[in-house]
Amino acid sequence: MRPLTEEETKTLFEKLAKYIGSNIKHLIDRSDETYCFRLHKDRVYYVSESIMRKAVSVGRDQLGSLGVCFGKMTKTGKFRLHITALDYLAQYAKHKMWVKPNGEMPFLYGNHVVKAHLGRVTEDTPEHQGVIVLNMSDVPLGFGVTARSTSDSRKLQPTDIVAFHQADIGEYLREEDTLF
Amino acid sequence: MKNHNPSPRRSEPPLRLNPSRMERRLHLIRSKILGTTCLLPQTTRMTNLMMMNSPWALIWIATTTSKLTMMMRRSMKRMMLRTMMVFSHKSTTISWQDLIQKQRRNNLSTKTKMMKTKEAMRMTLPSLLVLMSVNLANWKLVRLMLEDEEDQADISQINHRIKEVVNILGNFKELRDPAKSRQDYLDRLLKDIATYYGYSDFLAEKLFNLFAPAEAIEFFEANEVPRPVTIRTNTLRTRRRDLAQALINRGVNLEPIGKWTKVGLQVFESQVPIGATPEYLAGHYMLQAASSFLPVMALAPQEHERVLDMASAPGGKTTHIAALLKNTGMVFANDFNKDRLKSLSANIHRLGVKNAVVCNYDGREFPKVIGGFDRVLLDAPCSGTGVISKDPGVKVNKTEKDFIDIPHLQKQLVLCAIDSVDANSKTGGYIVYSTCSVTVDENEAVVNYALRKRPNVKLVSTGIEFGREGFTRYRGKTFHPSLDLTRRYYPHMHNMDGFYVAKFKKFSNKIPKQTGDNVDEDEDQDANESGPATFMEDEDSTILKDSMRKLQKNRKHKK
Repeated sequence: MRPLTEEETKTLFEKLAKYIGSNIKHLIDRSDETYCFRLHKDRVYYVSESIMRKAVSVGRDQLGSLGVCFGKMTKTGKFRLHITALDYLAQYAKHKMWVKPNGEMPFLYGNHVVKAHLGRVTEDTPEHQGVIVLNMSDVPLGFGVTARSTSDSRKLQPTDIVAFHQADIGEYLREEDTLF
Repeated sequence: MKNHNPSPRRSEPPLRLNPSRMERRLHLIRSKILGTTCLLPQTTRMTNLMMMNSPWALIWIATTTSKLTMMMRRSMKRMMLRTMMVFSHKSTTISWQDLIQKQRRNNLSTKTKMMKTKEAMRMTLPSLLVLMSVNLANWKLVRLMLEDEEDQADISQINHRIKEVVNILGNFKELRDPAKSRQDYLDRLLKDIATYYGYSDFLAEKLFNLFAPAEAIEFFEANEVPRPVTIRTNTLRTRRRDLAQALINRGVNLEPIGKWTKVGLQVFESQVPIGATPEYLAGHYMLQAASSFLPVMALAPQEHERVLDMASAPGGKTTHIAALLKNTGMVFANDFNKDRLKSLSANIHRLGVKNAVVCNYDGREFPKVIGGFDRVLLDAPCSGTGVISKDPGVKVNKTEKDFIDIPHLQKQLVLCAIDSVDANSKTGGYIVYSTCSVTVDENEAVVNYALRKRPNVKLVSTGIEFGREGFTRYRGKTFHPSLDLTRRYYPHMHNMDGFYVAKFKKFSNKIPKQTGDNVDEDEDQDANESGPATFMEDEDSTILKDSMRKLQKNRKHKK
């Protein structure tokens, strides 16, 4: 477990900014407690300082996870967000997309969001913007990237894709082995 | 079973000139076997057939399977006997039929009757074989099983005898046969239980001794029935009422478990897989046995505490603790098995627990890794005699040695758990010890040992209002009188897995010196240590390594 390097912090924040924009500052300056990012076995964890201090006494080989896993640093130096970060992303997200009940399961099986399943979307969402996907009762289901801007997506066919799938909570079952 | 005419497209010659009912039936069977294309995976199909109790099942299994598990063998044997009876009684044209009639006329004793029927069966078997042109090698296997000595007795008769003997034992003075002693009856009963329910003789006796005879039978019966599916609401994400509403909308039929919990729901039936609904994936609930709520309720963690869960995978209890902490303080989730760490972290993240640290130590290393916890939960690895309905393998694979090794490990773990707690904690200083086993060796004996070795702890009430009190005396052994504060749970009484919960309060961090005299009743290998137990001594380290190796082996074996 170690703090992130300058470069790693930059890639991480660039990625997070795609979803929560300037709200990143709420992640770092919290009123309740100091939180920090820590890297452990290529995974980036977001954890309160007090927990991190206690976790130091656990050996590197024995430590499984601490706090919330945000994603992993790939071997090529990129950062890949994992579904486990959804809680924080949903909390601070700028742009959201709601899917209708009939679109819930297809999305949870890893499919893109099609126009027919689109329930609602934040106004003025640009093209290729990171969005959080929720169901109609505001339960976050995952996240993705818009294929069209809000205004463009009005004219689409029912079968056209409005958002590309990136991660969904179905991965807790499908990807359990690779996620952690 | 309905009777159809044999399917016309099969061109074999008719079996007999005068097709009797039985022959039609046989022909039907044969065409079923030969004509079925297997759409389902083997195991599913097999269980389906078995559940229909149909004679095809056994024939089908015998012809297609080379490997048979113990369970399959048993039910095959049972089914075999039953099926053969049907065949032998209903047919009219086959020669051995006279045998049975003769036997009826003569009104022979039951045993001979049985022998004769067996004989008849054995004679029919080959003809059946030829008729159905099945794989002979496998049939030999089946026949061998038939000849097995134990199975000479009919299963329903054994059941009858069990009931009779239990009745006699209930009112021994009046109903007994003066020529037989109580021990004779008990021996007979134990043997029958072992046969009827499929336990090893050793385990049958061990479990039987926990109860009065009539209750023991109830216990064994309850182990054959699955427990209800229960879920725990994750209060970090939702409320029970909202969750129930959401699940009802998905076609799940459910109801609160009982008055004792505010987060539990019992699922009666569901049109959707309960472990893959969007609510499950979003972490609104956890699939968890009702008994698993108990240790956490007993632990009763308070906000801002630091809690250790020593054997935590797959995280049901850990996430329950975190929910009670409302994500404040922190939870150390430890598990010995590295492979189970994945599902543990997955569950922790899915349920939105943000204050957990997952680690992979042997629990016995604990006060050394980090100590000073406010509360510790030790849900110890155990023989699993409380969850036989979930894992019937326990019936046969636990030996006498397991009941020495496992308690030994548990004793080490419970001392480590006690040592990991800070007695000066303002709100805490509690340890909960629990197992999903019902035997005394793994429960009362372990707790009693902990009380002797650590006079700086005492037992306190678990805070759960139901459950049976722990034993203070058991088969000549006397335990500390405060053991009646611990709680036992049984499948037949509480309709949850067999379980045991004990709650300690640590009132001092100093381990007082032993007085010496009061320690020698217990004859296990730890008893000769005096003073605070340490496991780093030379002699202990070998034992420690040894048992760790065994544990690993067992786990591998289980997989």
